[in-house]
Amino acid sequence: MWLEWTIATRFLREGRAQTALIMIGVAVGVSVIVFLSALINGLQDNIIERTLGTQAHIKVEAPDEVNRLLPPAGGAVQLVLEDKRPQRLRSINNWQQVRDTLDALPEVTAVSPLVSGPAFARRGSTLESVALMGIDEARYQKIIPIRNDIVAGHFRVGAGDAVIGSRLARDLGLRVGDKLRLDAGRGGDSVVNVAGIFELGVRELDSRYVYLDMKQAQSLLGLPGAATVIDVTVKDIFAADAVARRIARLTGQKAESWMQTNAQLMNALQSQSLSTRMISLFVAVSVAFGIASVLSVSVVQRTREIGILRAMGATRRQMLRVFLLQGALFGLAGSMVGGSAGYGLVGVFNAFGPRLFLIPVSPLLLLGATILATVTGVISAAIPARRAARLDPVVATRHV
Amino acid sequence: MSEPGQEVLRLEGLRKSYNVGMPTEVEVLHGIDLRLARSDFTALIGASGSGKSTLLNVIGLLDPPTAGELYLLGEPTRGMDDARRTALRGSAIGFVFQFHHLIQAFTALENVLMPLMAARGKPRREDIEMAQALLAEVGLDKLAGRKPDQLSGGQQQRVAIARALVTRPALLLADEPTGNLDSRTAADVFALFRRFNRKFGCAVLLVTHDARLSDACDRTLTLADGLIVSDQALVHG
Repeated sequence: MWLEWTIATRFLREGRAQTALIMIGVAVGVSVIVFLSALINGLQDNIIERTLGTQAHIKVEAPDEVNRLLPPAGGAVQLVLEDKRPQRLRSINNWQQVRDTLDALPEVTAVSPLVSGPAFARRGSTLESVALMGIDEARYQKIIPIRNDIVAGHFRVGAGDAVIGSRLARDLGLRVGDKLRLDAGRGGDSVVNVAGIFELGVRELDSRYVYLDMKQAQSLLGLPGAATVIDVTVKDIFAADAVARRIARLTGQKAESWMQTNAQLMNALQSQSLSTRMISLFVAVSVAFGIASVLSVSVVQRTREIGILRAMGATRRQMLRVFLLQGALFGLAGSMVGGSAGYGLVGVFNAFGPRLFLIPVSPLLLLGATILATVTGVISAAIPARRAARLDPVVATRHV
Repeated sequence: MSEPGQEVLRLEGLRKSYNVGMPTEVEVLHGIDLRLARSDFTALIGASGSGKSTLLNVIGLLDPPTAGELYLLGEPTRGMDDARRTALRGSAIGFVFQFHHLIQAFTALENVLMPLMAARGKPRREDIEMAQALLAEVGLDKLAGRKPDQLSGGQQQRVAIARALVTRPALLLADEPTGNLDSRTAADVFALFRRFNRKFGCAVLLVTHDARLSDACDRTLTLADGLIVSDQALVHG
């Protein structure tokens, strides 16, 4: 390979302007691919993180209640007019056992049972509808680390303490230490002490969530000893669907993954990834055509020299490799320059862009782009290289 | 060194046609018989279109014959595949073309080394020394590091001769080697061929239009319409 390498690099160095132009072309292409991929990956990671920052990956609930029909007697025709049953708030059967089953699953990182239901929060004559969240604090923190989002007071539930969202606090004019009356429509109400105020940055949650301990929520909702939902987080968020199906099979409960809950989001993310891939593909294809056309011209320009080399004893394979190597070098050098440029662009974006989120660039992306570009270079060199290898030395040496 | 009378090349009933199997098929060489020995210093003359260049390309293993056989160093070559012909061409035959045909991207020294590099890769120290010695023989040792476009026409042709000899070929083929040189430079270049023929014992076959050149050779082959019409040995006083 020494001779091929030497000839290839000499040819590239000799055709300086041509080499520089195509390298720039490859570099621009690669930097676009690197920057675009990094941007879209960063954006998507950010969206997913924000979405999942305030919700569990999988929600396990009791299965829907359905009407049960007696089977008709033999030979009888049965016409049924069925009203769907209202889904009353109720506990997951044997939720402690379900919880333990989920705890034992290897894909699952955290399991948190909670009692959740609707209620009114009242202060003076002002009424706000809220969602009661009766939690097991230690477990719940592993799902949503709400401690980090406390803006006033402490996260403390139990013994008549509650933690409420910042919007609810504002709407009701509450401060830490104030009292709040909660009524779940079950006949009894109770007064709790506002121990802390949180802000998750999601309007719906900040204006509706009231955290209590499980016992207090159970008694307010009239469901003693119950858990209505079990929140679950998993290791691989994109495997949530599969894990949810497994949980449903294992426990007989209804399990819904974040991907189902956020189907539109998932759809949007997938379309975005697809369009990114399409753009990258077309950029790569145009880079490949660029390399192929430059090398085709080079083969014509060097016809005579190829003929001389062949007459001097250089083989067809050697000539083939000379041009394949040139293609590979275009791809490699261009992608190194382009990768650095893309990396630089990301840095500029992170420093001077809208700063909504930071784009991470993985070395893997750069490595991948380099390998891809080098392979593309070799493939696009194939046709010109074959032409060079097939040149008849008699004809080629006459070429002036 | 091998003995002077040893056979280098033998052609038997060699024919060459172009566009074989097409309506435009044309036979250029109509059966050539020829024998060249180590010591031969031969001129090949003939009018344009007589088939000189075709014969030279066939002898140089650049172009396979259509019929007949070509023995190079006693080896029949017609059945060889491209890779073996290329290898034999590289080791046994040196070429000097009319338009010196150096490779611009390489220096004079590297051009001389090219046949060795094509066969063996990175040149060894003794290869480089030999190439330098050859450049010294043609009087260019001071210009070894120059690129071809920094050399005059005569200098380029001398580099090409050094290159043709670097593999110590048994046969040196030259196609109008002095065709585009002035007469003094041409005489210098011709003298080089003479010297190398004696020194290395390599058979020289020179295609030329120049009567002065062919008269200075030991043997003159005349080609007309694809046949050798005369084969004269000249004795120089």
